[in-house]
Amino acid sequence: MTDTNAKFSCRNVKVHYGDFEALHGIDIDIPDRGVTAFIGPSGCGKSTFLRTFNRMNDTIDGCRVSGKILMDGNDIYNKNLDPVLLRARVGMVFQKPNPFPKSIYDNIAFGPRIHGLTSSKAELDALVEKSLRRAGLWDEVKDRLKLSGTGLSGGQQQRLVIARAIAVSPEVILMDEPASALDPIATAKLEALIEELKERYCIIIVTHSMAQAARVSDKTAFFYMGDLVEYDATEKIFTNPSNNRTQDYITGRTG
Amino acid sequence: MSENNFVSPQAVKRLKKRRGVEFRFRLWGQAAVGFALAALVWLLVSIVGTGHSAFSQHFMTLDFELSETTLDPTGARDAEKLRGANYRRIVQQTLYAQFPEVTERKAKQEVFALVSASGATNQLRQMVYQDPSLIGQTVRVTVPTSDQVDQLFKGYIKRETAEDRRKVSDRQIAWADTLKERGVIRKKFNKILFTNPDSRDPELAGIASAILGSVMILVVAFVLAFPIGVGSAIYLDEFAPKNKFTDFIELNINNLAAVPSIVFGLLGLAVFLNFMGMPRSIPLVGGMVLALRVFPTITIATRSALQSVSPSIVDGALSLGASHTQAVFKQKLPLAGPGILTGSIIGMAQALGETAPLLMIGMVAFVTEVPTSIAEPATALPVQIFLWSDSAERAWAERTSAAIIVLLVVLITMNGFAIWLRNRLEKRR
Ligand SMILES: Nc1ncnc2c1ncn2[C@@H]1O[C@H](COP(=O)(O)OP(=O)(O)OP(=O)(O)O)[C@@H](O)[C@H]1O
Ligand SMILES: [Mg+2]
Repeated sequence: MTDTNAKFSCRNVKVHYGDFEALHGIDIDIPDRGVTAFIGPSGCGKSTFLRTFNRMNDTIDGCRVSGKILMDGNDIYNKNLDPVLLRARVGMVFQKPNPFPKSIYDNIAFGPRIHGLTSSKAELDALVEKSLRRAGLWDEVKDRLKLSGTGLSGGQQQRLVIARAIAVSPEVILMDEPASALDPIATAKLEALIEELKERYCIIIVTHSMAQAARVSDKTAFFYMGDLVEYDATEKIFTNPSNNRTQDYITGRTG
Repeated sequence: MSENNFVSPQAVKRLKKRRGVEFRFRLWGQAAVGFALAALVWLLVSIVGTGHSAFSQHFMTLDFELSETTLDPTGARDAEKLRGANYRRIVQQTLYAQFPEVTERKAKQEVFALVSASGATNQLRQMVYQDPSLIGQTVRVTVPTSDQVDQLFKGYIKRETAEDRRKVSDRQIAWADTLKERGVIRKKFNKILFTNPDSRDPELAGIASAILGSVMILVVAFVLAFPIGVGSAIYLDEFAPKNKFTDFIELNINNLAAVPSIVFGLLGLAVFLNFMGMPRSIPLVGGMVLALRVFPTITIATRSALQSVSPSIVDGALSLGASHTQAVFKQKLPLAGPGILTGSIIGMAQALGETAPLLMIGMVAFVTEVPTSIAEPATALPVQIFLWSDSAERAWAERTSAAIIVLLVVLITMNGFAIWLRNRLEKRR
């Protein structure tokens, strides 16, 4: 019943905030490599759904998730599974850049340190450099690793946060409107980075920009009022959607 | 239409009214601030005005002949005997020698009363005790004058007052003036105030024991209140389940911060002294009582510091696979640090000024020794102030104010340090 190439297979996923049902039973298979975009009007449940993949919803009081979400065939909501371990495999980038108010180096080193990924200072240095290089930030910050991460520009901060996530070698990177606080140039850099990262990681991105979804994603899912309305190859969604609602949304008639 | 016209008579009237309200409010605010400032200035002026003179005191420098026939007629140099020897005699003889013309018994007594009798004898006794070889020699020693002479020269005992209404006789005034002319009596910095414990004689009384007692009390209070306060705040904020019971605990901690401090004193009296049988007047108990007093303050400060840390930082840590505990201790707590420290220092400053609970556990004892451990009777600075303020003599009034100045300086320093620390740590973010 599940797609064998899928990183995540979701069956009848419902999310409640108290008595309020935010998602009404989502079925979706997310491919192992490439970028999947979630689009839809504000409040339709994109962020809520995204947070089910790394169980960040667990930290919200009164939030309940039901249904099944399999990652590589294993139920991530299994009672015996520690969400802490899951989150090391599924990284997340937030809408507002949230670097720790520490040095750039310590921002990257935080994850490897708590997971004990490196055994020496030299190894850690190398990992920090590798992560910053992958995030395309190395050349900009290599001379000021000791300076605070909060002193960087918004776009740099967002790439720092991505580097921080990469440092713990995740398999998946979730991004919730990562470019919404960035100017066009920083956005272009971020998109170029996503383009590169998708070779190695499964990336799921929530975005309000149709153009961005069209540019960076391979598959697009359109959500509306807590339902998954349409899910298909990005090209198909943007040129020839099969649902009227999708059509209206991408052409700007609903929003 | 007049609505759109900003200069219509109605509009001008409305504007005038609004400006009037604004003006009156500003006036009221300025009056309030002015009143507060005036009260502060008045307090400082009156305390510094009476207290500043206690920081200097008059001393006599005299050559004392430590004659062997008086101190150690047997020549045995027995330490115990030397302690009990008649140093008073030596002080008397030294003073009489200043005025050989005085022979009458009553007049001689008055000459002797110019010096601080116990101050001089104790000082000589101490010297001889430490170095018995001084016996037989003549030593130059500076000893305090009696508090009356000191007050006379400071102008608090008025020469114009009728003789029978002041404590210094006309003869004594003349002698004191002579000694001053000869350079025997001089005004010096009053080190005694800082190095001596309390005493019956104002010229020998100091706040050393009170300061040390206060320090010990604060250390005990901090060691107990800081971990309890911070720990309960972290637990309540981060780990406790949110239910009626924790709400109830929270409410009670907030209430505890508002309980009058004397109640904590009564509690300490009942629990630590009467029930657990701990000794009275010791800094250990004082610190325990004040820990109860300040830990709610620390808890409240810690919680507000924790709550002011952006949740996105914790989310960031969690999303990297940090456990909740790691996110709290490695990311949130360091950021809340400045707030926690500031709150704790302010709590400690509160504890330093507390008097009532210490009175309840018997820290009003007259302590004439500098304590060496937290289990020995001591007094505390505000209690010392309270004790001294009770004495009517002018010399005590001046020392009371001096002790208040010291307390205020310490408090202002602590609060200033807290503010400085907060600004500094916050800038580093
Ligand atoms: N913590 C929460 N508690 C209660 N309700 C919530 C919570 N978070 C989200 N919701 C509700 O769940 C629904 C989906 O919210 P969600 O944030 O997932 O929307 P979204 O699609 O990400 O919107 P946006 O595009 O504005 O970010 C909304 O109706 C919202 O009000
Ligand atoms: Mg959202």
